Amino acid sequence: MSKLAAKDIHFYYGDFEALKGITMEMTAHTVTAFIGPSGCGKSTFLRLFNRMNDLVDGSRMTGLLSMDGEDIYARNIQVDELRKKVGMVFQRPNPFPKSIFENVAYGLRVNGVKDSGFIASRVEASLRAAALWDEVKDKLRQSAFSLSGGQQQRLCIARALAIEPSVVLMDEPASALDPISTAKIEELIFELKKDYTIVIVTHNMQQAARVSDKTAFFYLGELIEYDDTKKIFLNPRVEATQNYITGRFG
Amino acid sequence: MSPETKTGHVGRSKRRNQAIAFGIFRVLGFVVIAILFVIIGFIVIKGAGAISWEFLTGMPSEGGASGGIFPAIVGTLCLVAGSVLISFPIGVLSGIYINEYAHNNWVVRFIRIMNNNLSSIPSVVFGLFGMSLFVNTLEWGDSIIAGSFTLALLALPLVIRTTEEALKSIDDSFRQGSLALGATKLQTIRRVILPMAYPNIITGLILSIGRVSGETAPILFTVAASFLSHLPGSIFEPVMALPYHLYVISTSGTDIEASRTMAYGTALVLVAIVLVANLVANALRNFFGNKVKMN
Ligand SMILES: Nc1ncnc2c1ncn2[C@@H]1O[C@H](COP(=O)(O)OP(=O)(O)OP(=O)(O)O)[C@@H](O)[C@H]1O
Ligand SMILES: [Mg+2]
Repeated sequence: MSKLAAKDIHFYYGDFEALKGITMEMTAHTVTAFIGPSGCGKSTFLRLFNRMNDLVDGSRMTGLLSMDGEDIYARNIQVDELRKKVGMVFQRPNPFPKSIFENVAYGLRVNGVKDSGFIASRVEASLRAAALWDEVKDKLRQSAFSLSGGQQQRLCIARALAIEPSVVLMDEPASALDPISTAKIEELIFELKKDYTIVIVTHNMQQAARVSDKTAFFYLGELIEYDDTKKIFLNPRVEATQNYITGRFG
Repeated sequence: MSPETKTGHVGRSKRRNQAIAFGIFRVLGFVVIAILFVIIGFIVIKGAGAISWEFLTGMPSEGGASGGIFPAIVGTLCLVAGSVLISFPIGVLSGIYINEYAHNNWVVRFIRIMNNNLSSIPSVVFGLFGMSLFVNTLEWGDSIIAGSFTLALLALPLVIRTTEEALKSIDDSFRQGSLALGATKLQTIRRVILPMAYPNIITGLILSIGRVSGETAPILFTVAASFLSHLPGSIFEPVMALPYHLYVISTSGTDIEASRTMAYGTALVLVAIVLVANLVANALRNFFGNKVKMN
């Protein structure tokens, strides 16, 4: 069964229709990349899966979105519970003005975990999973702002992993980073898919080709093509996809 | 003329303009600081002679021409503390509601406009309102509690506005980051947003203490006694206050000249209280600021 499924999703910011009937499914333990020109609705679609768009006044969605077969927009769904299962990493690193340790522990604390031994072990495991442990293990009590941009982004990934989500959404997680940090994040994504289902938005075609198993090409609020990454990059079915990945528009 | 010399010329005049602008700003800055020092220096020089242990801790006599100002000091401290205790929780909660919970619809815009209007109403009007509501309708009489509530009304718009501004200046990415980890809105506000906003919210506290401690008009009809030779026994009794005492001894004493030194002494004490309150609030602000960074 698919991990995430969208069925005929329409999304509106006020009168503006940002998504025009999207249907697709994502398999567990795969990396799915969303590509497409700026403004085509990648972020909008991504943010539907942890209901981040609920925060936008005057927005509205129709269609069916489900995770593990369960409608995540159903009335009985607790949004904060959903967000525990669907983590998110933002485009710009956004650590809290707290220590490195407290940043990672935050998700556990707000979800009622009190056992400090357990918290410490989760913090270490998450920092290890985010390939940051060795760099910060001697300064866990220092401010997260003392880290470099790339380290901050990996801290945000560790923070998302600490509460053991099953899905991790990433919206251009490396776009604000230098090439070395970017390479680290890409390696990390490859490691993480063993345990998580990952959806990543990226403007970097090489990145999509390197890290993802499946690629979805969006254009003007529509899903134009969705297939194995290899297929999309070597032999796309639609001409627009071909044009986009070869840089002829967008 | 080659392009090089041209840009060189433009660069020179740019630099000259910049130097002139900086010069003007610097002079204006010094003027402001100088005015401040002259005022404070004037009060210190004129008032220092009056300051004595007896003056600070004694009861007034001869209508303020001699004796001390202890009841007025106590009164002002009570009024500042009382009005801050009332206006701060209400103001901060309102600011949080307006910025974090309410949708940006016409109700909120209306509240904001009314709040701004409120802060530009002359303070004597607050005095009249306080008298009719707290003193007469609620029958609290001329009392510390009536005065504190009246001053709290005066401070409220300021507290609401600074809280709102403090919250607005915090980037939404922090809210989203917290919510995305399964935190509720309340947790997000308490654990992430408020700690970041404290330093600026405390600025509101400083401003409102400054405003409240110097006001005469609002306490005139609600609390201030011109002359008391004992301390208030409860919050339902009237009390003396420094600004009003200052006014009384400067205008209606039996011997105006003799009261002059007492008046400057009183002014000095008032300024000192405001300064100390500001320093304490500043220390608090730095404390919270560091905690946010280090925590
Ligand atoms: N909060 C909002 N209010 C109104 N319109 C919005 C809002 N957010 C996005 N939009 C519009 O919805 C469309 C899709 O935006 P979205 O951010 O999903 O695009 P995107 O594919 O992520 O683009 P980018 O690659 O630049 O990040 C755009 O036309 C955008 O202007
Ligand atoms: Mg986007």
